[in-house]
Amino acid sequence: MTEAPRETAQEAQGARRPEMKVRPTAPIVPPSNVSGNALMAVIAIMAFLACLTFGAVNMVRATASSWQSQISREITIQIKPDDAIDMEQALKDARDLALTFSGTRDGTIVDREATARLLEPWLGEGLNLDELPVPRLVIVTIDEQSPPDFTAMRKALSAKIPQAFLDDHRTWVDRLVAMARTTAFIGTGVLVLVFSAMVLTVVFATRGALSGNRHIVEVLHFVGAEAGFVASEFQKHFLKISLKGSIAGGALAALFFAVAGFWQGRSIATPQSDQATALFGSFSMGLTGYLGIAATIAVIALLTTLTARFTVMRTIHEIDQIRSDPSRTDQLPDT
Amino acid sequence: MIHFENVGLRYGMGPEILRDLTFDIPRRSFQFLTGPSGAGKTTLLRLLFLSLQPTRGIIRSFDREVSSIPRDELPMLRRRIGIVFQDFRLLDHLTTYENVALPLRVRGKDESSYKADVLELLKWVGLGERINVLPPVLSGGEKQRAAIARALIDRPELLLADEPTGNVDPPMAQRLLSLFLELNRLGTAVVIATHDLSLMDQVEARRMILSQGRLDIYD
Repeated sequence: MTEAPRETAQEAQGARRPEMKVRPTAPIVPPSNVSGNALMAVIAIMAFLACLTFGAVNMVRATASSWQSQISREITIQIKPDDAIDMEQALKDARDLALTFSGTRDGTIVDREATARLLEPWLGEGLNLDELPVPRLVIVTIDEQSPPDFTAMRKALSAKIPQAFLDDHRTWVDRLVAMARTTAFIGTGVLVLVFSAMVLTVVFATRGALSGNRHIVEVLHFVGAEAGFVASEFQKHFLKISLKGSIAGGALAALFFAVAGFWQGRSIATPQSDQATALFGSFSMGLTGYLGIAATIAVIALLTTLTARFTVMRTIHEIDQIRSDPSRTDQLPDT
Repeated sequence: MIHFENVGLRYGMGPEILRDLTFDIPRRSFQFLTGPSGAGKTTLLRLLFLSLQPTRGIIRSFDREVSSIPRDELPMLRRRIGIVFQDFRLLDHLTTYENVALPLRVRGKDESSYKADVLELLKWVGLGERINVLPPVLSGGEKQRAAIARALIDRPELLLADEPTGNVDPPMAQRLLSLFLELNRLGTAVVIATHDLSLMDQVEARRMILSQGRLDIYD
């Protein structure tokens, strides 16, 4: 008695049941899995390290070149004390003579107080310059682009003031140029190493992440997908992963420089900040830095996408190799 | 449609698994491929599907000699063949509907052009209520029916099925057989590799019996 009405009710329910809705079509390559997330983390870390290295090398190179430019912007005329000359007049003459040469911009006589201050660390306070045979200095600023003829200036100076000695800082400049070049060379070397490590890590991590998807490549290939179609599906997927990872890493590196720059700005004139500024220069990325980060992101995205493409193409090639060489039974299901 | 002439195949330096096979698969034909386990049924299906090349002999597929077909032309030829793998090979992250629609999707067809056909076929194989289910949740029989639906969806000229009724109960096996016969009536040549004698007894069809690498055909 009770069975019949229940059946009728079930039938009526079935008749009224709406058509099942199909969920929005999922991508052919699964959007996220463990290996994909691991790859994204690896890419983010490598992008961060590469951008950090790029920024640091850029900063050190700029600092080295500024040292070099600061020191080569000035020359010094040194006049040794001698009873035969009026020192103050000799200083003025030396300055005026130097400024007659084209390529000089400005001349400053280091006065007695300033000279005493210069010697203070070694000779202490309250120094009486008249008691010591201390040479006096004239600092001449020169045009770096078209410097004056130092030989002619040296000749003219010694003709007029035999006690004068012109120091064009060439020895220091040469040493600093060598040091700046070495620093830039080492920095570039480190950058090359970090980028090589990044390239290899990204390539192998991409291949690792792809190996977990080999069955998808096989199924697509066997349902009649062309190699280009399969490759483009995987390319799209890995491009998204690499962009997410590399943008995160790049942004983190930019943030690091921004925070370091902010700290430097806030703690200006403190011993720590001055020391850091003297050694590393200013923690600012500048346009080159941001362009470098953008280029690193682009390189990583390109690398990952190309690796995905080549790996998929090679997988398909391997499937076809097995086809043409039955001795290769790897990856084949049971006979 | 398919012609084998003195085809032999061995894996590496091992013995020949298939020997001197000479036969035809005519258009619109229906045949069972049977034989003891390890006789080489799957290998023969793989040769028919162009996923293996013979170590000797000639295979002509759709009027072309297989050894001379360039690699990049194989996908186009495979699109004319539907295959049901013994291990189903469904993609676990795609639903039943998406798995069945996959061959049409990779051909670049728009979903609106095939959605109704896919749903209808899924209803026909008894999976109408399981369209949004992922394969790991499906039973063995349901997976098998999904794999069959995927092979049939683009109305192939040749259907190859490896033990298609191995995981289903007799009524469903009967229903699937009817589906294969209907497909055959519409013009598809069908090759079913099976051990199931009761299934073969239900249809008057050609029987290809593989034994010790040799093939005997009973028309």
